[in-house]
Amino acid sequence: MASKPRTLYEKIWDSHVVERLDDGTCLIYIDRHLVHEVTSPQAFEALRLAGRQVRRPDLTLAVPDHNLPTTARVAADGSRLPIEDAQSAAQLAALERNAPSFGIDYIDAVAPEQGIVHVVGPEQGFSLPGATIVCGDSHTAAHGGVGALAFGIGTSEVEHVLATQTLQLRRSKSMEVRVEGPLGPGITPKDLILHIIGVIGTAGGTGHVIEYRGRVFEEMSVEGRLTVCNMSIEGGARAGLIAPDDKVFAYLRGKPYAPKGEDWDRAVKWWHSLATDEGATFDKSIVIDAADVEPTVSWGTSPEDVVPVGGRVPSPDSFADPSKQEAARKSLDYMGLVPETPIEDIAVENIFIGSCTNSRIEDLRAAAEILKGRRKAPGVRWAIVVPGSGLVKRQAEAEGLDRIFTDAGFEWREPGCSACLAMNPDKVPPGERCASTSNRNFVGRQGPGARTHLVSPAMAAAAAVTGRLTDVRKLPPCQADDG
Amino acid sequence: MKAVSTIEGRAIPLGLKNIDTDVIIPAHWLKTVSREGLGKGAFETIRATPGNPFDVEDFAHAPILIAGDNFGCGSSREHAAWAMLDMGLTAVIAPSFSDIFAGNAFKNGILAVELPQEQVDRLLEVAKDHPITLDLENQVVTTPFQDRFEFRIDPFRKRCLLEGLDEIGLTLGSESAITKHEQMREGAMPWLDKPSRRDAA
Repeated sequence: MASKPRTLYEKIWDSHVVERLDDGTCLIYIDRHLVHEVTSPQAFEALRLAGRQVRRPDLTLAVPDHNLPTTARVAADGSRLPIEDAQSAAQLAALERNAPSFGIDYIDAVAPEQGIVHVVGPEQGFSLPGATIVCGDSHTAAHGGVGALAFGIGTSEVEHVLATQTLQLRRSKSMEVRVEGPLGPGITPKDLILHIIGVIGTAGGTGHVIEYRGRVFEEMSVEGRLTVCNMSIEGGARAGLIAPDDKVFAYLRGKPYAPKGEDWDRAVKWWHSLATDEGATFDKSIVIDAADVEPTVSWGTSPEDVVPVGGRVPSPDSFADPSKQEAARKSLDYMGLVPETPIEDIAVENIFIGSCTNSRIEDLRAAAEILKGRRKAPGVRWAIVVPGSGLVKRQAEAEGLDRIFTDAGFEWREPGCSACLAMNPDKVPPGERCASTSNRNFVGRQGPGARTHLVSPAMAAAAAVTGRLTDVRKLPPCQADDG
Repeated sequence: MKAVSTIEGRAIPLGLKNIDTDVIIPAHWLKTVSREGLGKGAFETIRATPGNPFDVEDFAHAPILIAGDNFGCGSSREHAAWAMLDMGLTAVIAPSFSDIFAGNAFKNGILAVELPQEQVDRLLEVAKDHPITLDLENQVVTTPFQDRFEFRIDPFRKRCLLEGLDEIGLTLGSESAITKHEQMREGAMPWLDKPSRRDAA
């Protein structure tokens, strides 16, 4: 008898069940655990206090990213520069101490491979299709872009995984987000995911794991898929994933931690089986028409507050739900925006290109394409590019992108999370706006009083050039001579 | 984990929707290696607003918070739960919670109770002047006015909370099942077991 058709999520879940309890809770095996400096110190400390070991240090990888400054880390004489903030320095020192003492591979702050965990995982081939991947960070969903079941966990769960290599979980519901038709010219994966969040809302995926389906995703690059899955959490879903295919396998092949030789061949065979079966059903299904997706910008303080760049700041009265009206009023007040203002009339003083959503090489290329032969507008006071990893940075430099950015008036920084969450010194000043390629426009997210407009890398570049939020399609790449 | 059974006392009627964990505890408070002392930074931006409910004297040391939909959305930072505990909160009532926050609350013995919006609205009204009671054993929220709102909770979580169980200790009791799974995995999916070491790459 043929087995019941299953979704991609169910297949990964089923293959990781260690034990099923009577009440439906399952003990799930974790294949990969990424650890960073901010959400791990309390977990390591608790292990020590309980006299426990890390069960599988070989399945664990540590790298600092959240609170590292993105200014130079090494002095001219090759010595390491100290971190000025004493608390940040102590947190980094704790990871530097904890990783080796528990036998965990550690990529240190000055290693060429250092970067944002969610950029490093796929880039190192540590994140694999069909694997369960966790990290003490909600944007772990990103790794779903290679076909993994990846989700963020709290510090108690970090401790639980370190000690047992498992988590006690209940199976989530499944949700299909099906996108029909192709994206228009100049529309990026970031625009698509912002649009999707606008449609489903920030709680639309709560309790669910999203599978993104449709030709759009098959045609999308692996990096684009990482961007889409990354923001699943902004739609409330702890995880989002896309069926792995030959593009993913080609992307991973030869990466340092990826399987080799016979292991690789066996892995690819299994990975090919990881698509949702014909006839499998989802608990919830959303259909998006790709033709509706425009270059998208956030106007408020929730990632669901999005509008096409050609649109206007909405009026709170335009929302049917009274509590949403109230929330919109509060958001507009915080954002300093007047209803009905055309989005393209909004001036920005800061530009941030970076974060685990948009700091990979394709993101930097897309921004550089717009900035080539141009300069940031006089009203733009601060513009930074923070590559997602040392390897992205090196690749960008090999392609001359760093020069394009610096010629345009951007600062070219060291890798890390930076102004996405403003834990390190990279902050947007109070009351100022930032066109940001990051993932959250929450109150105070980029610094106290900072006003964030979420956009794609190309749109951030366009805003830098004009000093206003701008439809990037009006700024064709400059045909400047390459001299 | 400390055992939880009944929580009784004043409840802060916050009521806002989509309270994200950046609001519960802003990122600049996360530069700590401890779980303690985060209460000072809890709800910092809200507490900076004049007339906010946290400033009302009656709600000092209140053990319960009442919020709107999608409480705890955003970042996975468990510091949000630690900050709430540090300010004395041991229960939150809301129409819905983000998945990660609900897990973090549970791991720290914070009771996260989901009730329909109209019941939450009623509690927001009552809480202004009166205490409320959460009874985990009987899964019910009551007020001095005969209100009686039953809530659902995952049976596993309920048991852990009532008995104050150490979840890691429980899982370690499944040691043989974990080892068996690892052996199966080694045979069926050997590539998952051997990430090449960087120095060997």
